[in-house]
Amino acid sequence: MTSLATRSVTAGYGDRVALRDADLELRSGELVAVVGPNGAGKSTLIRVLAGLLRPRSGAVSLDGIDLRGLDRGQIARRIAVVPQVFDTLFPFSVREVVGLGRTARLGILGRASAADRAAVARAMRELDLDSLGTRPIDALSGGERQRALLAMALAQESDVLLLDEPTAHLDPAHQLATLDLLRRLAAERGLVVVAVLHDLNLASALASRVVVVAGGRVVSDGPPARIVNEELVRSVFGARLAVLPGDPPFVLPRVGGR
Amino acid sequence: MRTAVVFGVLLCCVAVSVIVGALVGAVPLGPGEVLGAIGGHGDPGTLAIVRDLRLPRVVGAALIGGALAVAGTLLQGLLRNPLADPYVTGTSAGASLGAVATIAIGATAPFVLPFGAFAGAILAVAVTWRLAALGGRTTVLTVLLGGVVLSSFAGALLTFLIVASDRVVPRLRAVIGWLLGGVSVLDSSELLVAGLVIGAGAVVAIALAPRLDAFAFGEETAATLGVDVDRTATVVLVTTAVLTAAAVALGGVIGFVGLVVPHALRPVVGALHRRLVPAAFLAGAATLVLADAGARSVLAPSELPVGVITGAVGGPFFLALLLREQRRMRV
Repeated sequence: MTSLATRSVTAGYGDRVALRDADLELRSGELVAVVGPNGAGKSTLIRVLAGLLRPRSGAVSLDGIDLRGLDRGQIARRIAVVPQVFDTLFPFSVREVVGLGRTARLGILGRASAADRAAVARAMRELDLDSLGTRPIDALSGGERQRALLAMALAQESDVLLLDEPTAHLDPAHQLATLDLLRRLAAERGLVVVAVLHDLNLASALASRVVVVAGGRVVSDGPPARIVNEELVRSVFGARLAVLPGDPPFVLPRVGGR
Repeated sequence: MRTAVVFGVLLCCVAVSVIVGALVGAVPLGPGEVLGAIGGHGDPGTLAIVRDLRLPRVVGAALIGGALAVAGTLLQGLLRNPLADPYVTGTSAGASLGAVATIAIGATAPFVLPFGAFAGAILAVAVTWRLAALGGRTTVLTVLLGGVVLSSFAGALLTFLIVASDRVVPRLRAVIGWLLGGVSVLDSSELLVAGLVIGAGAVVAIALAPRLDAFAFGEETAATLGVDVDRTATVVLVTTAVLTAAAVALGGVIGFVGLVVPHALRPVVGALHRRLVPAAFLAGAATLVLADAGARSVLAPSELPVGVITGAVGGPFFLALLLREQRRMRV
C-alpha cells in the first residue's frame, strides 16, 4: 500500500507562485486525472510530486517519509515520471531507451541483471513494442516514441507513476489503450497513477478520481461522476461547454450560441 | 557479437596505425624491421630509432587522441549537444593561455610548459563552472555560455601576451606551432605521467556511462531516472578537464578529434556510452597516430602541425557526417 501526499504545498518559479496550499493524498489503486485550464499549475503539481521542484512551504511525503530526505536514486526506485521531452539527438534504440528505466537499479559497472532484462522485456510487451526493439528512437512516430517512454517509466518498476499529458501525441485508439493500461496498472499492481489530462471525457470515463486545478489551487477532488458537472466546468474552463450528467458524465461544446 | 566485431576492428586499426606511425620518418625502414624492433630484435640503430624516437611519439599521439575523443564523448553526452567538444567549456583557451603565459614569464624548465597548460585548463573549467552557476542554477545552456565567455576572454589575453611580451615574440614560431597542435618527441617520464592521468580519466568515463545515457532526454528526465544531475555534471566536467588538459599539455591545441570521433562512431556502435566511451578512446588514438604520421610525411623532411591535418581532414569529414544525418532525418 503506497501513499503519496502533499501537505499545504506552495511552489513556484522565481517570483511566480504556480501552486498554492495543495493538500492531496494519493493512494495505491487509484488512477487520478489532474485536469484544469492551461497554466493552472498541473505540471507544477506533477513536478512537486516527483521531487523535481522543492516546495517553498509544506511537504511532499511518500509513505510518510519526506521526499527531501531521499536521494534521487531512492526516489527513482519508488516514483517514475513519463517525460514530456522525447527528442534525443543520439541514436538510442527503443530497447535501450526502455533500459534507461533501470538506471537507478544498475550495479556500479552498469551491467544489467536478469531482473533488469526481465523488467525491460515486460514493459516492452505491455506497450506492444517488441517489433520495434532495435529501431532507433528518432525513426519512430510521435505516438510510438511516447509509448517507448511510457515503457521506460514502467521498467522502473516503481510504486508511483506520474504522467504529464501522456495522450498528447496519440490518436484516439492509442489514447484509450494507454489510459486503459494505466487503469489496469493501478488496479492490478496497486500503483498510484497520476496523469495530467486535457480531455475531460477520457478523464471522466477512465479515471477513478479527478483533481481539478485552477489558478494554482486544487479546487475540486473526487470521483468523476460527482466532480465533473456543468457548474464546475463553466467556472473553471469558461462558458461554452455543456455537461450531460451521468456515470461517466459527458462534456460537449456548445456551438452557435445554443 | 556485433560489438565484439566492432571492437576487434578498432583494435586492429590501433595496431595498424602504430605500425604506420613507426614506419614514417627520415630514415626509411621496412615493416619487417619496424615489427622486429617493436619486438626487441634488430640492429642497435634501428632499435634506437624505433623504440626511442618513433614509438614514444606514436604512444604520445595515441594518448592525446584517445583523451580528446573520450572528453568529446563525455561532453556531447552531458550537454546533449553534438557540437560540443573539449573546447566549448573553454578548456583549450585556458590551456593555451597557461602555456603561453609560462613562455611570457620566461620559464624554461622542462615540465613548466605542460604544467602551465594543465593548470590553465583546470582553472578554465573552474571559472566556466562559476560563470555557469551565476544565475542560480547551473544548466547546459549556462555552461555553454560560460565557455563562450571564457574562451573569448582568454583568447584576448592570449593575443595580448603574444603581441606585447618581449619573451614571446622571439619564440613566435614555436608558440604558433603549439597553438596549432603538434606531437613532439616525448620522454618516457612525461609519457608515464600522461598515461596514468589519461588512463584514470578513461576509467572514470566508463564508470559514468550509465548516468550519461540517462541524460538523453534532458536533465529533468535524468533526475527522475535516479541520477544526481548536479554531482554527475561536476564529475563529468572535471574528468573532461583533466583529459583535455593532459592532451593539450602533451600536444598543444588539436581540434576536431573530440568533435568528430564520437559522431563517426555512434552510427556504428550505437549511443550507449558503455560502448561509445571505450570505442572513442581506441578510434581517437588510431586517428591521431595516423594524423601525426601524415603531418610528418606531407612536407617531409619538414613537419606540419598535426592540427593542420586534423582540421583539413576533420572539417570535410564532419560536414559529410552532418549531411548524411540530415538526409536520414528527412527520410
